[in-house]
Amino acid sequence: MKALYKYILSIIKGIWTLVQGMQVTGHYIIRPKTIVTQQYPENRDKLKMFDRFRGEVVMPHNEYNEHSCTGCGICEINCPNGSIEIISKTIVLPDGKKKRIIDKHIYHLSMCTMCNLCIKNCPSEAIVMAQTFEHAVWDRSKLTKVLNKSGSKIMEGVKE
Amino acid sequence: MYDFSSLTEAIHKGLSAHMSPVATQAIEWVIIGVTVILFVALFGLFLVYAERKVCAFFQNRLGPMRVGPWGLLQTIADFIKLLMKELIQPAKADKFLYNLAPFIVIIVPFLTISVIPFAKGLQAFDFDIGVFFVTSVSAVGVIGVLLAGWSSNNKYSLIGAMRSGAQIVSYELSVGLSIITIAILAGSLQVSQIVEGQQATWFIFKGHIPAVIAFFVFVIAGTAETNRGPFDLAEAESELTAGFHTEYSGIKFAFFFLAEYVNLFIVAAIATTVFLGAWMPFHFGHFEGFNRIMDFIPPIFWFFGKVLAVIFLIMWFKWTFPRLRIDQILALEWKFLLPINLVNILIMAFIVLKGWHF
Repeated sequence: MKALYKYILSIIKGIWTLVQGMQVTGHYIIRPKTIVTQQYPENRDKLKMFDRFRGEVVMPHNEYNEHSCTGCGICEINCPNGSIEIISKTIVLPDGKKKRIIDKHIYHLSMCTMCNLCIKNCPSEAIVMAQTFEHAVWDRSKLTKVLNKSGSKIMEGVKE
Repeated sequence: MYDFSSLTEAIHKGLSAHMSPVATQAIEWVIIGVTVILFVALFGLFLVYAERKVCAFFQNRLGPMRVGPWGLLQTIADFIKLLMKELIQPAKADKFLYNLAPFIVIIVPFLTISVIPFAKGLQAFDFDIGVFFVTSVSAVGVIGVLLAGWSSNNKYSLIGAMRSGAQIVSYELSVGLSIITIAILAGSLQVSQIVEGQQATWFIFKGHIPAVIAFFVFVIAGTAETNRGPFDLAEAESELTAGFHTEYSGIKFAFFFLAEYVNLFIVAAIATTVFLGAWMPFHFGHFEGFNRIMDFIPPIFWFFGKVLAVIFLIMWFKWTFPRLRIDQILALEWKFLLPINLVNILIMAFIVLKGWHF
């Protein structure tokens, strides 16, 4: 008798769990607003990426064409793929001291996996992740970018 | 739209006025055959589209959207692609059986569709043992499955076929028994009489508790018999061993695929015919006004509305429940559905004897 009771109880329990599962999916099908996929090329104008989205590495410049990269090379060391190359040069300051500054911050987008390690490790917060995502090009050489703009110089007050 | 027998009679009279009875018969057969083939092909395409859309909405996606408005032409594009694929045959495969298997699988829905009452007077073939015919003919499909697995010269196909065969054969029992439950209530196996018996109320309401149990057993067993999820372990598409039709390509694979979807329609149509009153409108007691409004909707819409509702329910199952293992499938059938069904038949017989139904 006890076995029969257990058997019937297991049937009712089984049906109840199945109904619960169907409730979950039924909840979604009657609410079209929960759809998360988007029609990509159509919604290009109003498409907005999340803040944490990692598109590519860029170096922000202020209005006086100044950046805060000291050319220390920490990002180059930390990059696991070797997608960053730092070419530095030495200049002579007015007081006669020699100083190493950045000449070219070369970034190979084609090798980058957007791991964010270079940005995490940058001591002067000179580089950030941009939210651009349309990187398709016909010519592979276009994926190699120089991040510091020509004629730019280091911002005042950046710790070296 | 209300009574198709006037249309079919007009065709019959028009033909027999010009031709001998034999020629009339032959032309009518051809008309029916072409209609059925067209219907199966188009409804199969529609069902594939519907499945993809329903699945997408269950999973918070949009589904096909690119080909045609809302992706309506997607399945036609898929079909053209399948037609153009190369037909591959494994080395040392049993050629004759290998080519025969898809046709045996696809013949089943064509045979079964002949007894389905689409609307008043729109039934190809109405004979005394209609429901019995459906259950026995639908068992032929398993031969196609086994042949496909055996003739492919592939161990995994053979194992997949054996599993599929075991599954279909076991669930055949539940399908048959749940239909018998209603045959007791209807007192007939003839499809037209079963439909007529639901004039006042559909059998699912008329037989109350046992009929509802039988309905759900039928839907579950029908889902399993058509090899659909959550019982679709034989054709887990993303897995290496896709079951009995691994070795098939192109249009032969499409035949298996089409057969699955048409079988889905067949299961829904039989559930509709036997439990939900086929094309009978919904009548409620003595509310004459309400009943007259319901009569106003053409029977063919009633039929397809109910069929699509059952199809939606089965799709809901597929995209909600996780796939079962083979031992779980067989345990569900032999330990649960079959005992429930047998007890249910006894209850139904008792209720019919006592006249407790509505």
